[in-house]
Amino acid sequence: MTARHTQVLIIGGGPGGYVAGIRAGQLGLETVVVDGLPLGGTCLNVGCIPSKALIHVADEFAIATDQAKRAPLGISVADPTIDLGQAVAWKDGIVRKLNSGVGRLLAKAHTDVVEGWCTLVDGKTADVTGVDGSTQRITADHVVIATGSEPVALPAIPFGDGVISSTEALALTEVPPLLAVIGGGYIGLELGMAFAKLGSIVTVVEAEPQILPIYDRQLTAPVAKSLTALGVDVLTGTTAVELTDDGLVVEGSDGRRTIAADTVLVTVGRRPRVSGVGLEHLGLSMNGPFIAIDDRCHTSMRNVWAIGDVTGEPMLAHRAMKQGEVVAEAIAGRPAAFDPTAIPAIVFTDPEIVTVGLSPEQAEADGLDVIVGRFPLQANSRSMTLASDRGFVRAVARADDHLVVGLQAVGRSVAELSTAFGLALEMGARLEDIGDTIHAHPTIGEGLAESALAALGHALHI
Amino acid sequence: MGRLTIKVPDVGEGVAEVELVSWAVTEGQAVERNQTIAEVMTDKATVEVPAPVDGVVQVLSGAAGDVLLVGSTLFTLEVEGEGDTEIAAERIVAAEAAIPTGAEIPAEAALPEAEAVTAAGAGAAAPAGGGTGAAASTEAIPAPAAARPVTAGPVAPRPEGRRPIATPAVRRRAREAGIDLRTVVGTGPAGRISHEDLDAVFDAARTGARPAAAGVGSAAGRRQPDPTVADQPIIGIRRKIAEQMVASTSTIPHITYVEEIDMTALEELRAALNTASTEGTMRTGSDGDGGRPRLTVLPFLIRALVNELPRFPNMNAHVIDPSTNGGEGGGRRSGEPGTLRTFGGVHVGIATQTDGGLVVPVVHHAEAESLWSTATRIGELAEAARTGTAGPADLTGSTITITSLGPLGGLVTTPVINKPETTIVGVNKMTIRPVWIDGEFVPRKMMNLSCSFDHRVIDGWDAARFVQALKRSLEQPALLFIDQ
Repeated sequence: MTARHTQVLIIGGGPGGYVAGIRAGQLGLETVVVDGLPLGGTCLNVGCIPSKALIHVADEFAIATDQAKRAPLGISVADPTIDLGQAVAWKDGIVRKLNSGVGRLLAKAHTDVVEGWCTLVDGKTADVTGVDGSTQRITADHVVIATGSEPVALPAIPFGDGVISSTEALALTEVPPLLAVIGGGYIGLELGMAFAKLGSIVTVVEAEPQILPIYDRQLTAPVAKSLTALGVDVLTGTTAVELTDDGLVVEGSDGRRTIAADTVLVTVGRRPRVSGVGLEHLGLSMNGPFIAIDDRCHTSMRNVWAIGDVTGEPMLAHRAMKQGEVVAEAIAGRPAAFDPTAIPAIVFTDPEIVTVGLSPEQAEADGLDVIVGRFPLQANSRSMTLASDRGFVRAVARADDHLVVGLQAVGRSVAELSTAFGLALEMGARLEDIGDTIHAHPTIGEGLAESALAALGHALHI
Repeated sequence: MGRLTIKVPDVGEGVAEVELVSWAVTEGQAVERNQTIAEVMTDKATVEVPAPVDGVVQVLSGAAGDVLLVGSTLFTLEVEGEGDTEIAAERIVAAEAAIPTGAEIPAEAALPEAEAVTAAGAGAAAPAGGGTGAAASTEAIPAPAAARPVTAGPVAPRPEGRRPIATPAVRRRAREAGIDLRTVVGTGPAGRISHEDLDAVFDAARTGARPAAAGVGSAAGRRQPDPTVADQPIIGIRRKIAEQMVASTSTIPHITYVEEIDMTALEELRAALNTASTEGTMRTGSDGDGGRPRLTVLPFLIRALVNELPRFPNMNAHVIDPSTNGGEGGGRRSGEPGTLRTFGGVHVGIATQTDGGLVVPVVHHAEAESLWSTATRIGELAEAARTGTAGPADLTGSTITITSLGPLGGLVTTPVINKPETTIVGVNKMTIRPVWIDGEFVPRKMMNLSCSFDHRVIDGWDAARFVQALKRSLEQPALLFIDQ
C-alpha cells in the first residue's frame, strides 16, 4: 500500500465534491477527490442530467405523436416511432461529455482525482482501493465527506427482477409496456410522465392523499390534470403491498387490487449514504439519518467536513454545489458560511413546477401575515404562442413591508424562472421592486411582474 | 490561457517571512505588467510586489495581516499564451521590487475553453469565484466615502427572530468583517441592510461614534451603559512593534537610571547659535548647501554620545544571543554563546512617532558629522519617516537609540531597549525648576534623562558613570567641542 498526504481529501466526486475540489484548487489548496464512479455523482450519471435528457426525448416524441394525430399547428407527420436504445445512447453521450468536462475542470484547478473507493480509518486517514485494484493510504489535514445519497428500497418489493430504481429506469433500452411507479414524488412523476409519453401504460401509486406531497395543491393541480390527459392512472392514498405473478398488489381505502405491471419503478425516496465508507469509526454527531453540520459545513470532528445529500434535505445538486464552495473557502481560512435565503426546487414534470422560498401556507405556519398574488399563464401571450396556457406564477410577500418571501410557478418552461425567483429573494426584493422592473414582452417571465402587481392589487392583464 | 503562480518574493536581508499589508487589486481584476498587486512588509520596510506580466488576477492568497513564508504562493494570474504553472521565488531587491518572469515550467496542455465548461459546472468554472464578494473581502474596513447622509427619522426595529434582509454581497462583507447583521439597522426598503448601512457601521467604528445598533437607542441626555466590545487585529507595523517589544523585554533584563541635567548653559549656547545662524554672522561655509537648520537639543545630545561612547564601548554595542531573530549583524547562528559586539562608529537611532506607528530612522556614523550636518540629517530622516519614504537603509543599522516625546516627555520614562542594542537614552521634558545653588533657589532649565541598559552586559555602576559623563558634557557644553 502506497501512502500520500494532501491538504484536502474529498470523498465523493458528485456536484458537492467536485465543486469543492475545483474551489479548493483555485484557492491553492492541495486537494484530492476520490470516487469510484465517473465524476459528477448521482446527478450527472444517474439523476438530474440523464432524466432531463430522457424527458426531452419523451417531449419531442409526444409532440411528434400529437402532430401525427391532430396536427393542431398544421404540421402533418407520419406516426413516429421511438428507438429507446438510440435515445439512451444519445443521453449517455451527454453524460460522458459532462464526466470528462468535470475532470478537465478539476485538472485546471490542479486538483487530483483518484478513481477508487474510500474507507475512512480515522478522521484524517482513508484507505483507497482503486478501480484498478491498487491500494493506497491517504492522510489529509481536512476531510470532506460528500458521499451523497442512494435510492431507498422497499423491503416487501426489493430491487431486481423487474423492480427497478431511477438508475435502471434511465438505462432502459425498451419502453416498458406496463409501468407501475411506486412513489408520486418528483422523481416518480418525472419518469412516469416521460414513459407515458413514450407509450407506456403507467400507474402511479402514492401513499399520501396527493401527488407531490411537499407542494401545495394549487401547484400540483395542473400536473395532476396533465397526468390524467396522458392516461396515467394516479392512485393516491394507496400503498404497494407485494409483487405477484399477476402484477403489483396495492391497498387503498377501498381495499386491495392488483395492477398489471411488467416493470415496477420504486421511487419512494433517497437516503444519505453514511455506511460503507467507515464513517462509523468517526462517531460523528448525527441529525437524524444525516451527518450534523454547522453553517460552515463542519461536522462534530475537527477538520472533518460534510456537504450535500449526506447532510440533509433538500437533497439537491445546487445545494451541494454551494456547500462545496463554502467548505473549500472555510478550509482555506476564509469566513465562509452557507446562509441562503432560499434554495430553489424544480419538478421537471409537464407542466414544470418551480418553487423558491415559502408558499402561502408555509408563510402562515411561520407566523407571517402575507399577501399573495397569482397570475394565470392563460393571460400570458407568450404561453399561448407556445401552445401551452396551463399554470400560473405566484408571489408571496409580507403584508407589512411587502418583502417577497416566496415565489412559485407551474407551467410549461417555467423552470428557468428559478433564476429570477432566487435572485429576487436573495436580494431582498419587495413586490414593488419586481413590479417596477421592466420584463421583456412577450415572455413567460412577465407573469412574475404581474404576480407582484396582483399581490399589490393592480395587475394589468387580468 | 494559462496560470502563472507568483510566490512571496525573497526581499533579501535573510528575511524568511513577510507580512501581507494590503492587496492593491481584487480577484478577477485585469492587471498590467508592473502594476502593484500587493504590499508586503518585513520588519524593515514595506515592499510593493508588481505583476510580472499582463493578466487577470485569479487567486489572492491570504488576507491583510497574514504572515506569509518566502516562497509560498502569493497570487495567481491567468495569462495569455501557453502559461506557466509556476514562477519560482526569485530574489528581488527590496527597494526595487522587481519580480522576474523567468523560470518557466511547461504547463499541461491548455484546455480548449469551450470544452472546459460543462453545463453543470459552468458557474464554478468562472475564474473569479468571489466576484464582488471577493472585492469586498480585501477591504476589512473600506475607506470612508464622503460624508454620507445618515438616514434621518425613526427606523422600525426588526421584530424578534426575523432574519436580517441583505443581499448576498452585503452578507459576505459583514461576515468577513465579523459583523453580526442582526445588530445592524437596515435603512432600505423593508429594512434591507445596504452597503451604505454597513459603511455607517465601519465609519462609526473608526470615529468612535456609536453605530446605530438595533436596540441601543439613546434617549436624549440620558447616560447609558455601553455594552459594545470591539476586537481589532494587531497587524501591520503594530504587530512588528509588538513582537520587537516582547522580544526586547523578555530577553533583556533592563536597568533604568534617571538623572537630571541642568540645560541652562546649553540652552543659552543653542539660542546663540540659532540666532547667529539666522543672521549669517557665523557662517563657516563648511556645512551643507543653503541655510543652516535650526538646532534642537538632539544634535548636542548626539555630540555628547559621540564624545563619551569611546570610553563606554558596551553602550554602543549589540548583544547577539541565540534568540536574536535575524537582527543586525547576522545573529541567527543559534546555539552559540551570546556575543557582545561593539562598534567603532556611532549609529544613532532616533525613535520617531509617525501616523503609521513607531519607526526608528538612523543617523549613521554620527562621529563623522558636525553639529550642523547632524541636525540636517535628523531633519531629513524625520521627514522621510513621517512621509513613509524611508528606505531599509535609513531604518537599519543603529547601535544606540535616543527616544524623545518632546513636549510630552514627562518627568521620567522607562524606555525599552531597541534590541539587539544595549542602551537607549530617553529624553524627558525640559522645564524651569528652582534649583538650590549657593544658598538660594535659582530658576534653571532642567531636563531629565531616563536611560535603560542591558544589565547582562552593563552594570549599574557603569550605567551611572555613563549618564554622569553625559550630564557633565551637557551642563558644560564647551566640553562638547573640545577634542578629548
